[in-house]
Parts: sequence; C-alpha cells; structure tokens
Amino acid sequence: MSVFETFLNWDVFVRVLPLLLSGLWVTFTLGLLAIVLGFAGGLLLALLRLYAPTPFRQITVAFIDVFRAIPILVLLVVTYYALPFLGIRLSPFAAAASSLSLVSAAYSAEIFRAGIQAVARGQFEAAKALSLSPFRTMTDVVLPQAIRVVIPPITSNAINVMKDTALASVVAMPDLLKQATQAQALTANPTPLIGAAVIYLAILLPLVRLVALLEKRMAAGHR
Amino acid sequence: METAMRPIIRMTDIVKNFGSFRALTDVGLDVGEGEIVVVIGPSGSGKSTLIRCINQLEVHDTGTIEVDGHTVTRGAGLAAVRAEVGMVFQSFNLFPHMTALRNVALAPVRVRGLSWDEANQRARKLLTRVGLESHAEKYPAQLSGGQQQRVGIARALAMEPKILLFDEPTSALDPEMVGEVLDVMLQLARTGVTMVIVTHEMSFARKVADRVVFMDAGRIVEQGPPEQIFDAPRDPRLRSFLNAVLSH
Repeated sequence: MSVFETFLNWDVFVRVLPLLLSGLWVTFTLGLLAIVLGFAGGLLLALLRLYAPTPFRQITVAFIDVFRAIPILVLLVVTYYALPFLGIRLSPFAAAASSLSLVSAAYSAEIFRAGIQAVARGQFEAAKALSLSPFRTMTDVVLPQAIRVVIPPITSNAINVMKDTALASVVAMPDLLKQATQAQALTANPTPLIGAAVIYLAILLPLVRLVALLEKRMAAGHR
Repeated sequence: METAMRPIIRMTDIVKNFGSFRALTDVGLDVGEGEIVVVIGPSGSGKSTLIRCINQLEVHDTGTIEVDGHTVTRGAGLAAVRAEVGMVFQSFNLFPHMTALRNVALAPVRVRGLSWDEANQRARKLLTRVGLESHAEKYPAQLSGGQQQRVGIARALAMEPKILLFDEPTSALDPEMVGEVLDVMLQLARTGVTMVIVTHEMSFARKVADRVVFMDAGRIVEQGPPEQIFDAPRDPRLRSFLNAVLSH
C-alpha cells in the first residue's frame, strides 16, 4: 500500500463518513452550547466583578482565577470521574458542556471586563447626568460600546472552545475526534483521523481568518 | 445681588477632597431661579468640581446641597434631582454608537417614559433649535466639534431640565467653532432656564451673566454682576487673573 492509500484512502473515508458526521454534529452542539453559556456566564461574572458589593466581588474574582488556572482536561476528568464519588453522575455531554462553559466563562469575564473598562469615563458620566438607571446605562450606553471592542478576542475565545471540545473524547463523548479514533480502530486505517483533522480545519480556519479581519478593522477604527 | 429670586440651588459649606488635595473649601453658593451664573477662575481652582457636585458626578465630603427644595443625597432622591439638572460637558460625551437624534431622544424614553415616536419628534425640534435638523441621522464621529457640542446641548434640553450646567463647553473646540456654541447658549439664556456655566470665555461671561463668581484655590473669592467683576475687581487674585486672561 502506498502512503497515499494508507492516509487518504477514499473507500475508507466514504465508509466512515456517516460516523464522522455524527461526531461532527456532537462537536458542533457541544461547542455552540459551551460558547453561548460561556459568554452569558462571562458577562455576568464581569458585571459582578466590577459592580457587586465587596464580598461577592471577591468570590467572583476567586471563581474566575480558579477556572482560568485549571487545565480543561483536568477539570473534565474530575467532573466525569471524581464527582460520581459524591453521588453526582454527569453524562459525558453534561460533564463536557459544564467544564467547557465554566472555563470559557472565566476567560470571557476578563475579556468583557477589559471591554467595559475601555469605555470612556465620560460615557458613564453622561448617562448619570441624564439620570439613566444603572441597568439602562449598561444596556444602552456601555455594553454596545464594550462589545464592539471585544468582538475579536471573544471570537478568538469561541475558536478555543470549539477546539477544546476535542478533549471531551477522553470522557467517552462521541464527538468528532472520538468517532474518528473509533473508525480508525474499526477500519485499521488512519484515514478517518486525517478526515477529522481536515474537518476541524475546514470549520476553524475561516474563523481564524475572520478574527484577523476583525482585528484589522478594529485597528483601522471602522465603525 | 439676585435676592428677589427664589434660590433653586443652595450649596452650603461644601468641602471636597481628592485624597490629600482639598478641591473645595467651605464653599457656599445660592443660585436663583432663572439666574445665569458664570464661574471663572484659574485651572485647578475648583470650578468644575463645584458644578459637578450639584448633580453629584462628584460626591462632596461635607456640607449640604439643595436643588429645587430636594436635599441632594445618594439613593432614589438623586435620580429625581439629576432628571431636573441637565449637563453639558467639555468633551461632549455623546454616545458614539447612536445617531444625533437617538442621543437626544434616549433619556426622555428611558427616564421619562416617552414613546420613541414622541421622543424623536421632540428631539427633532431640539436639533432644529440648535441648527442641526439636517444632521439628525449622523453619528457623532461624522460631526464637527461645534456640532457635537450643540447635540450635547440638545440632549441636555431633552429632559426639560430646570437647571443647565455647562462644564467648560467650548474648551475642547477649535476657535472657529466656539461662536456657534456660545450663540446657542446665549439663545438659551433668554428662555429663563437657570444656568451655571464654567468657562474661560470672558466676553461671553460679561454678555450673558447675571452674576460672575470668581474662584481661586477651592474658595469663592469674589462675586458680583459682570460690570463689577470685570471693571472694578477688588481682590488682588481676581485682578491678576483678569490681567492674565484679558491681556492676550
């Protein structure tokens, strides 16, 4: 067998494609859920960190620090293999989704905080002088400006979350990577792994380009 | 002085510290309803801090402030006071992600509960009043400094405030744009709204003020009608200040 036939075997690829696609679907749902939950959680954490009364703020800081420090793989293994000893038994999907969301929320929180702090003090003062409520100040004045600033780093973070979904294969999550390794064992051929790598690239490369574009647009000061 | 007017702002024994720097020392100032008070003085003399205390953008350390009969404190009462007090900033502070129209209409909708239709209609009238009816749909970045500041004035007016505070409204403007902003302020002064203006524009102060207040080193040093302040200054600090600003 030539190298070509070994690594890029068309027959094998066609045979395992349904398996890969089912894995891709799982990867996609998991990634999207973790991205959405991570952003929502991150925004909440950022607001708590900036504006909550002192004890809550300190708790939030500790929470953010812990989940930025812990390796996702470790968190994943702990939630899946250690929590059952406490009687908490999560499905692979739930374990992966909660781990990824928590870590993503911690990172997003720091991004959102930087974005909110980048909004000029005069904007807060103008809102105060107009008697806007703190809630309206955030939703009408501060967040629209902050979010524009954080679009590139937050998209970058979304890419990381998508990539990190592959870690879920260690807790028997039937995601794209897991299905590819299964298929590889089944067919005794590495083509499914190459196929999976190509699919990851096909999804993530355009996103990486998008971030670069967004950053360039930001730097140029476009609205 | 304007003793016949009912005081709409009463500031008594105001002290404000920034760390170890005392920005205001026992300042007392009453402003009558409809009165135009212009505050002058060297930079760092506390004039901006003084007017920023009126709507509590700076929180004073001791002393009392009453606005239209309400004592200014933290909490729910403060929102009511702020709704009566409009402010125009040195750096405009327009909301950059909103059109001029939206900048003006926002607070009436969010604070006064107007519908967007109503608020937009009113905002258009105000923009017309400041000569910007054709710029309603533009974003602040598309406007000149003078135009931005006029939107800032329209935005403050949209809340129909009883009191307007101006914090060096022309200091950030190119010289050729100062006139258009002062013209709008002059127009406003004739409408009977109470105005407290911090400015370095001395000829404007002379033209518009009922009373000029001179501050130095956190205190009110001298005050009186413009003729007295500019033509017969008594305090040596006021004299040397006027010499410095009027000689060039």
